[in-house]
Amino acid sequence: MIEKGTFTVKAGLAQMLKGGVIMDVTTPEQAKIAEKAGACAVMALERVPADIRAAGGIARMADPAVIKRIMDAVTIPVMAKCRIGHFVEAQILEALGVDYIDESEVLTPADDKYHVNKHMFKVPFVCGARNLGEALRRIGEGAAMIRTKGEPGTGNVVEAVRHIRQVNDEIRWVCNLPDDELMTAAKELQAPYELVVEVKRLGRLPVVNFAAGGIATPADAALMMQLGCDGIFVGSGIFKSGDPMKRARAIVAATTYYNDPQVLAEISEDLGEPMVGIDISTIRPEERMQDRGW
Amino acid sequence: MAGKRIGVLALQGAFIEHEACLKKCGVEAVQIRKAEEIEGIDGLIIPGGESTTIGRLMREYGLDTRIIEKAREGMPVWGTCAGMILLAKELDTDEPWLKLMDMKVKRNAYGRQVDSFETELDIKDIGKIKGVFIRAPYVEKVWGEAEVLCIHDDKIVMVRQGKLLATSFHPELTDDLKIHQYFVELC
Repeated sequence: MIEKGTFTVKAGLAQMLKGGVIMDVTTPEQAKIAEKAGACAVMALERVPADIRAAGGIARMADPAVIKRIMDAVTIPVMAKCRIGHFVEAQILEALGVDYIDESEVLTPADDKYHVNKHMFKVPFVCGARNLGEALRRIGEGAAMIRTKGEPGTGNVVEAVRHIRQVNDEIRWVCNLPDDELMTAAKELQAPYELVVEVKRLGRLPVVNFAAGGIATPADAALMMQLGCDGIFVGSGIFKSGDPMKRARAIVAATTYYNDPQVLAEISEDLGEPMVGIDISTIRPEERMQDRGW
Repeated sequence: MAGKRIGVLALQGAFIEHEACLKKCGVEAVQIRKAEEIEGIDGLIIPGGESTTIGRLMREYGLDTRIIEKAREGMPVWGTCAGMILLAKELDTDEPWLKLMDMKVKRNAYGRQVDSFETELDIKDIGKIKGVFIRAPYVEKVWGEAEVLCIHDDKIVMVRQGKLLATSFHPELTDDLKIHQYFVELC
């Protein structure tokens, strides 16, 4: 008896990605640079978040031809993004054979009320979250991996820091509650009760939790790891910088040696220009990607 | 088993899961990120993860030569999934890494993530366990000193060579400690 698409197998791939860096790429050449630099997976996109932000308009799933070329170029896992609630884009990505789907706020939401029912798929999903309730709602819908939302395409880590601190703060709160207060806690968090009970039992999220949205330097990656993230997504931060290969290698090393300031100092030297960052207060409320998701 | 100290290579991948299993077996588990940390351990686990990521970091930070030396001196080493790939003397497409075990390994041999699976395995001297295969490799052939411990669906998924052990699957993702206990006894 062989069983495919079980939750163990879906969450298991996320466990294998831990301590690693998942890099956004838009061409097979970029995918090869990422793989050579030590990325544990790549996210296949038509445009990185910084360019999506600059272009405006409606951002959709990438052209399958772009995704297929990237899948052919590398042997590491390939992820791709679908719009929030767009279960047909998800079906197409599953048919292409991508290894993980990111139901992502970086793209324009296709549904303003509901997310994809991720239990219906054999391919695993990762979703963004700003707080514990949002993370547990996504896990309740079948997500096998969570990431902070941060504010994508800004090169500004402040929102990702806020989101991981918020999640950690709420986990500590749940862990300190007596069992008879967990139902009311679930109500306040707007989270499934069973998952709140599970968080208290484990003392952490029941699935792997990565950092995403604004990581641009090795120090940013190490910061998110020291704050308790299991690994790192870098979107625009690598291929919008002056020397992508060097920066990519440094961020990979920083994610492993996040607790070793000596190593961090060495790998942070002479990396060239980082991506140009954006101050969050200059982004109009309707352009904030992190507010997408229900 | 008390008093043993077993290292888990902690460059990337599922090293925390192995640490937890070792602790449940009653031995001390330590994370290994630097060459000098390999001194004073009774055995080493190379976990699942991305073999290219772990391999590159291992080389850059000088762990590969130290692991090869210690393994040749008799230190037990167990590789799961990516760890199996790193231990092989031959790979189907890429250049091999540590070249310690007499086997040829095929990467991503079962296909992509949608083909990842769980199944029951029957292992020589150990018995039945649940096998979790995630974008798993399998062994195409063995030679010399390598002994096959498990075949599933005509594919070799577990090999032992002296004190070296390799599994395609992930015992650290199940509650069954049999393979961890088997490895601890080797150490």
